[in-house]
Amino acid sequence: MADTRPYPDESAGPFPAPPTTLEDGAGRQIEVLASDDFEDTLEDVVEMYDQFDPTDRAQGIPPTGEERIRNWLETIADESVNVVARHDEDVIGHAMLVPDTDDPASIEDNADIEWELAIFVLQAYQRAGIGTMLLEHLLGHASTVGIDRVWLTVERWNNPAIALYERVGFESTGTESFEQEMAIRL
Amino acid sequence: MNVLVGIVGSDESIKTLRRTIDRTHEVGDDLTVAVVDKPEAKRSQDAMAERARELLSEAGVDAEIVQLEGDPGSSLVDYAEQGEYDQLVIGGGTLSPMGKIQLGPITEFVLLNAPTTVKLVR
Repeated sequence: MADTRPYPDESAGPFPAPPTTLEDGAGRQIEVLASDDFEDTLEDVVEMYDQFDPTDRAQGIPPTGEERIRNWLETIADESVNVVARHDEDVIGHAMLVPDTDDPASIEDNADIEWELAIFVLQAYQRAGIGTMLLEHLLGHASTVGIDRVWLTVERWNNPAIALYERVGFESTGTESFEQEMAIRL
Repeated sequence: MNVLVGIVGSDESIKTLRRTIDRTHEVGDDLTVAVVDKPEAKRSQDAMAERARELLSEAGVDAEIVQLEGDPGSSLVDYAEQGEYDQLVIGGGTLSPMGKIQLGPITEFVLLNAPTTVKLVR
């Protein structure tokens, strides 16, 4: 997976960095936090994905069932960069970056590698601007930890998601099959 | 059943071929292995055909191996269309670092154009 994708020449942003508290479109107070030690947040995030409606899964993630959710998150947890959205005590949204390398332990400079992005918001909290909030703060946080290149794939027919990614500055890379690949430079 | 398996020079293709050979062995299907030409693949077309020969002989399965020239997706679908195949087997996607299943353009072309049932091996 060491492909070098085409990235926009221009940097996007600047993006706001967490932590912050914002009111969503439904008048709820949403806290957006970077999770520097993902171990602390892991159980709350497992709980969120356990509540996640499987009809909104994309390309096989999140997996279903608490055990498989925990395995998935533990596999990618170590070197990933995570931002969560909380309402009251619960995690209701999660955005992450996972390094695109076979050997995450040997990363010397976060700018040397490409990072894959994914974002999920619980159904009851969708269409309230939380996705945009999470995405912008994840990119803001990424920028502060020296990440430069971020990519993602999205199902080609998922127009709301593609529009959201374009709004913050992602561009299509031209690699297109069932998934649309997009990239942004920070 | 008359089965055609299409492979390129990837690790995913080796897995697909192994699984298909096992299945052929179990149920007594007829198998043809088509090695398509994907220049950017990890192994060359000749090396992949040789690897297929080894795997077939290790398993004691008798199968014809053909090497197809030209665009991988269309040459495979075309070959499947010319023969009397009941099923076309191809690799079923790779995993991104995040764990997302990704289907490439060859897979998409085959799924949308093949006249036969298509099996994706995960």
